[in-house]
Amino acid sequence: MSKFLRIIPKLEVKGNNLVKGVHLEGLRVLGNCYDFAKKYYEDGADELIYQDVVASLYERNSLNDIIEKTSKNIFIPLTVGGGIRNIANIKEVLNSGADKVSINTAALKNPEFINEAANNFGSSTIAINIEVIKNKDGKYYAYIDNGREATGKLLDKWVLEVQERGAGEIIIVSVDKDGTSLGFDLDIIKILKNKIKIPTILNGGIGKEQDILEVLKNYKVDGIALASLLHYNYYNFLKKKFSNLNEGNSSFLFSNKKFKNFQNTNIIKLKKYLNNHKINIRKK
Amino acid sequence: MSKITTAIIDYKLSNLKSVKAACDYVGLNAFITSDFKKVLQADSIILPGVGSFKEAMKNLKELDLDKSIIENINKKKYFLGICLGMQLLFTKSEEFGNAKGLNLIEGEVVKFKSKKKFPTPIPHVGWNNIKFIKNNNICDGLESISQMYFVHSYYAKPKKKNVILSETKYCNINFCSSVSKQNIFAFQFHPEKSGEFGLKVYKNYLNIIQNDKNTF
Repeated sequence: MSKFLRIIPKLEVKGNNLVKGVHLEGLRVLGNCYDFAKKYYEDGADELIYQDVVASLYERNSLNDIIEKTSKNIFIPLTVGGGIRNIANIKEVLNSGADKVSINTAALKNPEFINEAANNFGSSTIAINIEVIKNKDGKYYAYIDNGREATGKLLDKWVLEVQERGAGEIIIVSVDKDGTSLGFDLDIIKILKNKIKIPTILNGGIGKEQDILEVLKNYKVDGIALASLLHYNYYNFLKKKFSNLNEGNSSFLFSNKKFKNFQNTNIIKLKKYLNNHKINIRKK
Repeated sequence: MSKITTAIIDYKLSNLKSVKAACDYVGLNAFITSDFKKVLQADSIILPGVGSFKEAMKNLKELDLDKSIIENINKKKYFLGICLGMQLLFTKSEEFGNAKGLNLIEGEVVKFKSKKKFPTPIPHVGWNNIKFIKNNNICDGLESISQMYFVHSYYAKPKKKNVILSETKYCNINFCSSVSKQNIFAFQFHPEKSGEFGLKVYKNYLNIIQNDKNTF
Protein backbone atom coordinates (compact mmCIF):
# COMPACT_ATOMS: atom_id res chain seq x y z
CA MET A 1 0.00 0.00 0.00
CA SER A 2 1.38 3.34 -0.97
CA LYS A 3 -0.80 5.42 1.31
CA PHE A 4 0.58 7.30 4.28
CA LEU A 5 -0.20 6.95 7.96
CA ARG A 6 -2.09 10.09 8.92
CA ILE A 7 -1.05 11.83 12.14
CA ILE A 8 -4.16 13.66 13.29
CA PRO A 9 -4.24 16.01 16.27
CA LYS A 10 -7.65 15.78 17.95
CA LEU A 11 -8.73 18.99 19.61
CA GLU A 12 -11.59 18.88 22.08
CA VAL A 13 -13.19 22.30 21.98
CA LYS A 14 -15.17 24.22 24.57
CA GLY A 15 -16.03 27.73 23.46
CA ASN A 16 -12.78 29.00 22.00
CA ASN A 17 -10.70 26.85 24.27
CA LEU A 18 -8.84 23.62 23.81
CA VAL A 19 -9.70 21.27 26.67
CA LYS A 20 -8.55 17.81 27.68
CA GLY A 21 -9.60 15.34 30.34
CA VAL A 22 -9.23 11.70 31.27
CA HIS A 23 -11.81 9.14 30.07
CA LEU A 24 -13.47 12.14 28.34
CA GLU A 25 -14.20 13.66 31.79
CA GLY A 26 -12.65 16.33 34.05
CA LEU A 27 -11.80 18.79 31.33
CA ARG A 28 -8.89 21.17 31.78
CA VAL A 29 -8.44 24.28 29.71
CA LEU A 30 -5.12 24.16 27.85
CA GLY A 31 -5.27 27.28 25.72
CA ASN A 32 -6.76 28.72 22.58
CA CYS A 33 -7.94 26.00 20.21
CA TYR A 34 -6.95 27.81 17.03
CA ASP A 35 -3.40 28.52 18.29
CA PHE A 36 -2.84 24.80 18.78
CA ALA A 37 -4.35 23.94 15.40
CA LYS A 38 -2.11 26.45 13.62
CA LYS A 39 1.03 25.19 15.34
CA TYR A 40 0.14 21.55 14.60
CA TYR A 41 -0.37 22.43 10.93
CA GLU A 42 2.99 24.21 10.78
CA ASP A 43 4.70 21.23 12.36
CA GLY A 44 3.29 18.82 9.77
CA ALA A 45 -0.04 17.46 11.02
CA ASP A 46 -1.79 15.61 8.19
CA GLU A 47 -5.32 16.44 9.21
CA LEU A 48 -7.21 17.89 12.20
CA ILE A 49 -10.23 16.80 14.26
CA TYR A 50 -12.29 19.30 16.24
CA GLN A 51 -14.59 17.70 18.78
CA ASP A 52 -17.13 20.06 20.32
CA VAL A 53 -17.50 18.69 23.84
CA VAL A 54 -20.36 20.95 24.88
CA ALA A 55 -22.29 21.31 21.63
CA SER A 56 -24.82 23.73 23.08
CA LEU A 57 -26.62 26.18 20.88
CA TYR A 58 -24.79 29.12 22.41
CA GLU A 59 -21.32 27.59 21.95
CA ARG A 60 -22.14 26.62 18.39
CA ASN A 61 -21.49 30.05 16.97
CA SER A 62 -18.02 30.24 18.44
CA LEU A 63 -17.29 26.78 17.01
CA ASN A 64 -18.33 27.95 13.55
CA ASP A 65 -16.03 30.95 13.92
CA ILE A 66 -13.10 28.69 14.75
CA ILE A 67 -13.89 26.42 11.78
CA GLU A 68 -14.04 29.44 9.51
CA LYS A 69 -10.76 30.86 10.76
CA THR A 70 -9.17 27.43 10.41
CA SER A 71 -10.30 26.92 6.83
CA LYS A 72 -8.89 30.32 5.85
CA ASN A 73 -5.43 29.72 7.25
CA ILE A 74 -4.84 26.01 7.64
CA PHE A 75 -4.63 24.01 4.43
CA ILE A 76 -5.17 20.43 5.55
CA PRO A 77 -8.43 18.48 5.95
CA LEU A 78 -10.61 19.22 8.95
CA THR A 79 -13.16 16.88 10.55
CA VAL A 80 -15.66 18.37 12.98
CA GLY A 81 -17.74 16.37 15.45
CA GLY A 82 -19.89 16.87 18.52
CA GLY A 83 -23.58 17.74 18.47
CA ILE A 84 -24.18 16.77 14.84
CA ARG A 85 -27.83 15.74 15.06
CA ASN A 86 -29.38 16.41 11.67
CA ILE A 87 -28.75 17.32 8.04
CA ALA A 88 -28.94 21.04 8.85
CA ASN A 89 -26.12 20.65 11.43
CA ILE A 90 -23.93 18.96 8.82
CA LYS A 91 -24.63 21.66 6.27
CA GLU A 92 -23.77 24.38 8.77
CA VAL A 93 -20.45 22.83 9.74
CA LEU A 94 -19.46 22.15 6.12
CA ASN A 95 -20.46 25.68 5.10
CA SER A 96 -18.22 27.06 7.83
CA GLY A 97 -15.32 25.26 6.14
CA ALA A 98 -15.07 21.73 7.55
CA ASP A 99 -14.32 18.93 5.07
CA LYS A 100 -15.89 16.08 7.02
CA VAL A 101 -18.20 15.64 9.97
CA SER A 102 -18.06 12.94 12.60
CA ILE A 103 -21.25 11.59 14.12
CA ASN A 104 -21.74 9.49 17.24
CA THR A 105 -24.84 9.94 19.41
CA ALA A 106 -27.26 10.76 16.59
CA ALA A 107 -26.10 7.71 14.62
CA LEU A 108 -26.61 5.31 17.52
CA LYS A 109 -30.01 6.77 18.36
CA ASN A 110 -31.13 6.65 14.75
CA PRO A 111 -28.84 4.54 12.51
CA GLU A 112 -30.87 5.55 9.44
CA PHE A 113 -29.29 9.00 9.86
CA ILE A 114 -25.99 7.55 8.55
CA ASN A 115 -27.66 6.55 5.25
CA GLU A 116 -29.33 9.93 5.00
CA ALA A 117 -26.10 11.82 5.68
CA ALA A 118 -24.08 9.71 3.23
CA ASN A 119 -26.71 10.11 0.51
CA ASN A 120 -26.81 13.87 0.98
CA PHE A 121 -23.12 14.63 1.25
CA GLY A 122 -21.27 11.58 -0.06
CA SER A 123 -19.68 8.84 2.04
CA SER A 124 -16.27 10.49 2.09
CA THR A 125 -17.74 13.42 4.07
CA ILE A 126 -19.26 11.26 6.80
CA ALA A 127 -17.12 9.79 9.59
CA ILE A 128 -18.62 7.77 12.42
CA ASN A 129 -17.13 8.36 15.83
CA ILE A 130 -17.35 5.31 18.11
CA GLU A 131 -16.71 5.77 21.83
CA VAL A 132 -15.75 2.33 23.10
CA ILE A 133 -15.88 1.07 26.69
CA LYS A 134 -15.15 -2.43 27.97
CA ASN A 135 -17.94 -3.65 30.22
CA LYS A 136 -17.75 -6.04 33.17
CA ASP A 137 -18.82 -8.89 30.89
CA GLY A 138 -15.47 -8.45 29.08
CA LYS A 139 -17.15 -7.23 25.89
CA TYR A 140 -16.72 -3.90 24.14
CA TYR A 141 -19.69 -1.57 23.63
CA ALA A 142 -20.40 1.71 21.86
CA TYR A 143 -21.32 4.61 24.18
CA ILE A 144 -22.88 8.00 23.57
CA ASP A 145 -22.64 11.50 25.05
CA ASN A 146 -18.86 11.55 25.60
CA GLY A 147 -18.78 8.03 26.98
CA ARG A 148 -21.42 8.75 29.62
CA GLU A 149 -24.33 6.68 28.42
CA ALA A 150 -24.48 3.01 27.45
CA THR A 151 -26.40 1.87 24.39
CA GLY A 152 -25.98 -1.88 24.65
CA LYS A 153 -24.62 -1.92 21.08
CA LEU A 154 -21.65 -4.26 20.69
CA LEU A 155 -18.61 -2.76 18.96
CA ASP A 156 -18.21 -5.60 16.44
CA LYS A 157 -21.87 -5.36 15.35
CA TRP A 158 -21.78 -1.57 15.16
CA VAL A 159 -18.67 -1.30 12.93
CA LEU A 160 -20.30 -3.65 10.42
CA GLU A 161 -23.57 -1.74 10.48
CA VAL A 162 -22.09 1.74 9.99
CA GLN A 163 -20.15 0.53 6.94
CA GLU A 164 -23.26 -1.02 5.41
CA ARG A 165 -25.10 2.22 5.95
CA GLY A 166 -22.51 4.19 3.99
CA ALA A 167 -20.07 5.73 6.45
CA GLY A 168 -16.83 6.81 4.78
CA GLU A 169 -14.53 6.60 7.78
CA ILE A 170 -14.54 5.22 11.33
CA ILE A 171 -12.91 6.91 14.31
CA ILE A 172 -12.51 4.52 17.24
CA VAL A 173 -12.09 6.18 20.64
CA SER A 174 -10.98 4.01 23.52
CA VAL A 175 -12.66 5.81 26.41
CA ASP A 176 -10.99 3.49 28.95
CA LYS A 177 -7.56 4.63 27.76
CA ASP A 178 -8.38 8.25 26.88
CA GLY A 179 -5.97 10.65 28.57
CA THR A 180 -4.10 7.88 30.38
CA SER A 181 -0.87 7.44 28.36
CA LEU A 182 -1.19 3.66 28.77
CA GLY A 183 -1.18 2.92 25.03
CA PHE A 184 -4.07 2.03 22.74
CA ASP A 185 -6.23 -0.90 23.84
CA LEU A 186 -4.91 -3.67 21.61
CA ASP A 187 -7.87 -5.93 22.41
CA ILE A 188 -10.06 -3.50 20.46
CA ILE A 189 -7.85 -4.11 17.43
CA LYS A 190 -8.49 -7.85 17.68
CA ILE A 191 -12.21 -7.12 17.38
CA LEU A 192 -11.79 -4.74 14.45
CA LYS A 193 -9.43 -6.89 12.42
CA ASN A 194 -10.89 -8.07 9.11
CA LYS A 195 -14.19 -6.31 9.85
CA ILE A 196 -13.43 -2.82 8.54
CA LYS A 197 -13.08 -2.06 4.85
CA ILE A 198 -13.17 1.74 5.10
CA PRO A 199 -10.44 4.05 6.42
CA THR A 200 -10.03 3.76 10.18
CA ILE A 201 -8.58 6.15 12.74
CA LEU A 202 -7.69 5.07 16.26
CA ASN A 203 -7.69 7.38 19.27
CA GLY A 204 -7.08 7.06 23.01
CA GLY A 205 -4.17 6.21 25.25
CA ILE A 206 -1.13 6.98 23.09
CA GLY A 207 1.46 8.28 25.57
CA LYS A 208 4.68 7.72 23.67
CA GLU A 209 5.93 7.30 20.10
CA GLN A 210 6.40 3.57 20.56
CA ASP A 211 2.69 3.09 21.34
CA ILE A 212 1.96 3.92 17.70
CA LEU A 213 4.34 1.21 16.51
CA GLU A 214 2.57 -1.27 18.77
CA VAL A 215 -0.71 -0.44 17.06
CA LEU A 216 0.80 -0.71 13.59
CA LYS A 217 2.38 -4.08 14.36
CA ASN A 218 -1.12 -5.40 14.94
CA TYR A 219 -3.25 -3.43 12.54
CA LYS A 220 -2.86 -1.49 9.30
CA VAL A 221 -4.67 1.59 10.46
CA ASP A 222 -5.09 4.71 8.27
CA GLY A 223 -4.71 7.31 10.96
CA ILE A 224 -3.79 7.86 14.57
CA ALA A 225 -5.59 10.67 16.38
CA LEU A 226 -3.52 12.20 19.18
CA ALA A 227 -4.64 14.52 21.95
CA SER A 228 -2.88 14.51 25.35
CA LEU A 229 0.50 13.45 23.96
CA LEU A 230 0.58 16.52 21.73
CA HIS A 231 -1.36 19.02 23.83
CA TYR A 232 0.77 18.53 26.95
CA ASN A 233 3.91 18.96 24.90
CA TYR A 234 2.77 22.16 23.24
CA TYR A 235 0.74 23.99 25.88
CA ASN A 236 3.68 25.54 27.73
CA PHE A 237 4.89 26.98 24.47
CA LEU A 238 1.45 28.27 23.49
CA LYS A 239 0.12 29.59 26.78
CA LYS A 240 2.04 32.87 26.49
CA LYS A 241 -0.42 33.83 23.80
CA PHE A 242 -3.42 32.77 25.82
CA SER A 243 -5.63 35.35 27.47
CA ASN A 244 -9.14 33.90 27.66
CA LEU A 245 -9.39 32.88 31.31
CA ASN A 246 -13.09 33.34 31.68
CA GLU A 247 -14.16 29.96 30.50
CA GLY A 248 -13.67 26.68 32.31
CA ASN A 249 -11.03 25.33 34.63
CA SER A 250 -7.82 27.10 33.65
CA SER A 251 -6.01 27.00 37.01
CA PHE A 252 -4.08 24.02 35.77
CA LEU A 253 -2.72 26.02 32.90
CA PHE A 254 -0.65 28.26 35.15
CA SER A 255 0.57 25.58 37.54
CA ASN A 256 3.62 24.92 35.34
CA LYS A 257 2.94 21.25 35.65
CA LYS A 258 4.96 18.84 33.56
CA PHE A 259 3.49 15.58 32.42
CA LYS A 260 6.04 12.87 32.87
CA ASN A 261 3.55 10.19 31.86
CA PHE A 262 3.62 11.58 28.36
CA GLN A 263 6.81 11.38 26.35
CA ASN A 264 8.56 14.62 25.51
CA THR A 265 7.99 14.94 21.77
CA ASN A 266 6.33 16.96 19.02
CA ILE A 267 4.91 16.25 15.56
CA ILE A 268 8.26 16.77 13.83
CA LYS A 269 10.10 14.39 16.16
CA LEU A 270 7.28 11.88 16.10
CA LYS A 271 7.24 11.74 12.31
CA LYS A 272 11.01 11.37 12.19
CA TYR A 273 10.73 8.47 14.64
CA LEU A 274 8.05 6.74 12.58
CA ASN A 275 9.99 7.31 9.38
CA ASN A 276 13.08 5.72 10.97
CA HIS A 277 10.91 2.71 11.73
CA LYS A 278 9.91 2.41 8.07
CA ILE A 279 6.41 3.77 8.51
CA ASN A 280 5.15 5.60 5.45
CA ILE A 281 4.88 9.23 6.60
CA ARG A 282 4.12 12.39 4.65
CA LYS A 283 7.07 14.75 4.49
CA LYS A 284 6.18 18.36 4.98
CA MET B 1 -2.38 46.92 -16.28
CA SER B 2 -5.70 45.84 -14.86
CA LYS B 3 -5.69 43.19 -12.21
CA ILE B 4 -6.06 39.59 -13.33
CA THR B 5 -9.41 38.12 -12.29
CA THR B 6 -10.19 34.48 -11.62
CA ALA B 7 -13.71 33.09 -11.43
CA ILE B 8 -14.23 30.16 -9.04
CA ILE B 9 -17.23 28.42 -10.56
CA ASP B 10 -20.03 27.66 -8.14
CA TYR B 11 -22.40 25.06 -9.56
CA LYS B 12 -24.01 24.28 -6.22
CA LEU B 13 -22.21 21.06 -5.51
CA SER B 14 -19.33 21.85 -3.24
CA ASN B 15 -17.83 23.97 -0.57
CA LEU B 16 -15.66 26.54 -2.30
CA LYS B 17 -14.35 28.23 0.81
CA SER B 18 -11.04 26.44 0.99
CA VAL B 19 -10.38 27.01 -2.73
CA LYS B 20 -11.05 30.72 -2.26
CA ALA B 21 -8.89 30.72 0.90
CA ALA B 22 -5.97 29.18 -1.01
CA CYS B 23 -6.35 31.82 -3.76
CA ASP B 24 -6.37 34.60 -1.15
CA TYR B 25 -3.35 33.09 0.53
CA VAL B 26 -1.17 33.20 -2.59
CA GLY B 27 -2.55 36.54 -3.82
CA LEU B 28 -4.69 35.25 -6.67
CA ASN B 29 -7.59 37.68 -7.10
CA ALA B 30 -10.54 35.28 -7.21
CA PHE B 31 -14.30 35.56 -6.80
CA ILE B 32 -17.01 32.90 -6.50
CA THR B 33 -19.78 33.03 -9.10
CA SER B 34 -22.53 31.02 -10.82
CA ASP B 35 -23.08 33.72 -13.45
CA PHE B 36 -21.87 32.61 -16.88
CA LYS B 37 -21.45 36.24 -18.02
CA LYS B 38 -19.02 36.90 -15.19
CA VAL B 39 -17.20 33.70 -16.07
CA LEU B 40 -16.79 34.89 -19.65
CA GLN B 41 -15.32 38.19 -18.46
CA ALA B 42 -12.78 36.59 -16.12
CA ASP B 43 -9.13 36.10 -17.14
CA SER B 44 -8.98 32.62 -15.68
CA ILE B 45 -11.33 30.05 -14.18
CA ILE B 46 -11.16 27.49 -11.42
CA LEU B 47 -13.57 24.56 -11.51
CA PRO B 48 -13.67 22.75 -8.15
CA GLY B 49 -16.20 20.12 -7.15
CA VAL B 50 -16.94 16.94 -5.30
CA GLY B 51 -19.80 14.54 -5.80
CA SER B 52 -21.68 13.16 -8.75
CA PHE B 53 -20.40 13.66 -12.31
CA LYS B 54 -23.87 13.44 -13.82
CA GLU B 55 -25.37 15.94 -11.40
CA ALA B 56 -22.44 18.30 -11.92
CA MET B 57 -22.92 18.31 -15.71
CA LYS B 58 -26.65 18.86 -15.27
CA ASN B 59 -26.04 21.88 -13.01
CA LEU B 60 -23.39 23.34 -15.32
CA LYS B 61 -25.76 23.07 -18.28
CA GLU B 62 -28.69 24.58 -16.43
CA LEU B 63 -26.58 27.60 -15.58
CA ASP B 64 -25.07 27.82 -19.11
CA LEU B 65 -21.68 27.41 -17.48
CA ASP B 66 -20.59 24.50 -19.69
CA LYS B 67 -20.51 26.71 -22.80
CA SER B 68 -18.73 29.56 -21.06
CA ILE B 69 -16.03 27.22 -19.71
CA ILE B 70 -15.43 25.82 -23.20
CA GLU B 71 -15.44 29.30 -24.74
CA ASN B 72 -12.88 30.57 -22.20
CA ILE B 73 -10.61 27.62 -22.78
CA ASN B 74 -10.83 28.05 -26.55
CA LYS B 75 -9.88 31.70 -26.08
CA LYS B 76 -6.69 30.44 -24.41
CA LYS B 77 -7.71 31.65 -20.97
CA TYR B 78 -6.22 29.64 -18.13
CA PHE B 79 -8.18 26.87 -16.45
CA LEU B 80 -7.56 25.07 -13.16
CA GLY B 81 -9.69 21.99 -12.42
CA ILE B 82 -9.79 20.26 -9.05
CA CYS B 83 -11.10 16.77 -8.26
CA LEU B 84 -14.49 16.45 -10.01
CA GLY B 85 -13.46 19.65 -11.86
CA MET B 86 -10.71 17.59 -13.51
CA GLN B 87 -12.98 14.64 -14.33
CA LEU B 88 -15.56 16.90 -16.00
CA LEU B 89 -12.99 17.83 -18.67
CA PHE B 90 -13.16 14.32 -20.09
CA THR B 91 -15.43 12.81 -22.73
CA LYS B 92 -17.58 10.68 -20.43
CA SER B 93 -17.91 8.94 -17.09
CA GLU B 94 -19.08 5.42 -16.38
CA GLU B 95 -20.98 6.68 -13.32
CA PHE B 96 -24.68 5.65 -13.57
CA GLY B 97 -24.39 4.21 -17.01
CA ASN B 98 -22.78 6.83 -19.19
CA ALA B 99 -22.65 10.54 -18.46
CA LYS B 100 -21.20 12.93 -21.02
CA GLY B 101 -18.55 15.44 -19.94
CA LEU B 102 -17.11 18.65 -21.42
CA ASN B 103 -14.92 16.63 -23.81
CA LEU B 104 -12.01 19.08 -23.67
CA ILE B 105 -9.66 16.16 -23.07
CA GLU B 106 -10.31 12.81 -24.74
CA GLY B 107 -10.85 9.92 -22.37
CA GLU B 108 -13.19 8.47 -19.79
CA VAL B 109 -13.70 8.48 -16.04
CA VAL B 110 -13.94 5.09 -14.35
CA LYS B 111 -14.34 3.71 -10.84
CA PHE B 112 -11.60 2.09 -8.75
CA LYS B 113 -12.00 -1.63 -8.45
CA SER B 114 -10.74 -3.27 -5.28
CA LYS B 115 -9.02 -6.52 -6.20
CA LYS B 116 -9.81 -9.65 -4.21
CA LYS B 117 -6.13 -10.37 -3.78
CA PHE B 118 -5.33 -6.86 -2.48
CA PRO B 119 -8.53 -5.46 -0.92
CA THR B 120 -8.27 -1.67 -0.83
CA PRO B 121 -10.69 0.81 0.74
CA ILE B 122 -12.75 2.86 -1.74
CA PRO B 123 -13.06 5.87 -1.79
CA HIS B 124 -9.37 6.66 -1.95
CA VAL B 125 -9.06 9.05 0.99
CA GLY B 126 -5.83 10.42 2.37
CA TRP B 127 -2.32 11.45 1.40
CA ASN B 128 -0.61 9.73 -1.47
CA ASN B 129 2.43 10.22 -3.68
CA ILE B 130 2.13 11.96 -6.99
CA LYS B 131 4.93 11.26 -9.43
CA PHE B 132 5.41 13.89 -12.10
CA ILE B 133 6.06 12.31 -15.47
CA LYS B 134 6.60 15.51 -17.44
CA ASN B 135 7.90 19.01 -16.77
CA ASN B 136 5.59 21.95 -16.40
CA ASN B 137 5.79 25.33 -14.65
CA ILE B 138 2.72 24.37 -12.59
CA CYS B 139 4.96 22.02 -10.58
CA ASP B 140 7.83 24.48 -10.02
CA GLY B 141 9.43 24.03 -6.62
CA LEU B 142 7.81 20.64 -6.05
CA GLU B 143 9.84 17.47 -5.81
CA SER B 144 9.40 14.89 -8.57
CA ILE B 145 7.53 12.81 -6.01
CA SER B 146 5.28 14.91 -3.75
CA GLN B 147 2.50 14.07 -1.32
CA MET B 148 -1.00 15.39 -1.89
CA TYR B 149 -4.44 14.83 -0.37
CA PHE B 150 -7.05 12.77 -2.24
CA VAL B 151 -10.77 12.09 -1.78
CA HIS B 152 -12.38 10.22 -4.69
CA SER B 153 -13.77 6.93 -5.99
CA TYR B 154 -13.42 7.62 -9.74
CA TYR B 155 -10.36 8.50 -11.79
CA ALA B 156 -9.71 9.72 -15.33
CA LYS B 157 -8.15 7.65 -18.11
CA PRO B 158 -6.86 10.02 -20.83
CA LYS B 159 -6.75 8.60 -24.34
CA LYS B 160 -3.54 10.45 -25.18
CA LYS B 161 -0.73 9.87 -22.72
CA ASN B 162 0.96 13.21 -23.42
CA VAL B 163 -1.62 15.10 -21.34
CA ILE B 164 -0.68 13.16 -18.18
CA LEU B 165 1.25 15.36 -15.77
CA SER B 166 1.49 12.98 -12.83
CA GLU B 167 0.60 9.45 -11.79
CA THR B 168 -0.38 7.96 -8.45
CA LYS B 169 -0.55 4.37 -7.30
CA TYR B 170 -3.77 3.06 -5.79
CA CYS B 171 -5.74 -0.18 -6.01
CA ASN B 172 -2.67 -1.73 -7.58
CA ILE B 173 -2.76 0.57 -10.62
CA ASN B 174 -0.98 3.78 -11.59
CA PHE B 175 -3.77 6.22 -12.31
CA CYS B 176 -3.55 9.69 -13.83
CA SER B 177 -3.59 12.12 -10.87
CA SER B 178 -3.16 15.33 -12.89
CA VAL B 179 -3.21 16.59 -16.46
CA SER B 180 -1.91 19.58 -18.37
CA LYS B 181 -2.73 20.57 -21.91
CA GLN B 182 -1.73 24.06 -23.09
CA ASN B 183 -3.82 26.45 -20.94
CA ILE B 184 -5.52 23.64 -19.00
CA PHE B 185 -4.26 22.33 -15.64
CA ALA B 186 -6.27 19.87 -13.60
CA PHE B 187 -5.70 17.80 -10.47
CA GLN B 188 -7.46 14.81 -9.00
CA PHE B 189 -6.05 15.70 -5.56
CA HIS B 190 -6.91 18.79 -3.51
CA PRO B 191 -3.98 21.23 -3.57
CA GLU B 192 -5.90 23.50 -1.16
CA LYS B 193 -5.88 20.65 1.38
CA SER B 194 -2.31 19.56 0.76
CA GLY B 195 -0.38 21.92 3.01
CA GLU B 196 2.43 24.13 1.77
CA PHE B 197 3.21 22.02 -1.30
CA GLY B 198 -0.39 22.25 -2.38
CA LEU B 199 -0.33 26.01 -1.99
CA LYS B 200 2.70 26.07 -4.29
CA VAL B 201 0.47 24.77 -7.08
CA TYR B 202 -1.82 27.79 -6.63
CA LYS B 203 1.18 30.12 -6.53
CA ASN B 204 2.59 28.57 -9.71
CA TYR B 205 -0.79 28.94 -11.41
CA LEU B 206 -0.79 32.65 -10.53
CA ASN B 207 2.78 33.02 -11.84
CA ILE B 208 1.89 31.33 -15.12
CA ILE B 209 -1.02 33.71 -15.70
CA GLN B 210 1.03 36.75 -14.71
CA ASN B 211 4.00 35.84 -16.91
CA ASP B 212 1.68 35.28 -19.83
CA LYS B 213 -0.09 38.60 -19.31
CA ASN B 214 3.24 40.44 -19.04
CA THR B 215 4.33 39.28 -22.48
CA PHE B 216 1.48 41.18 -24.15
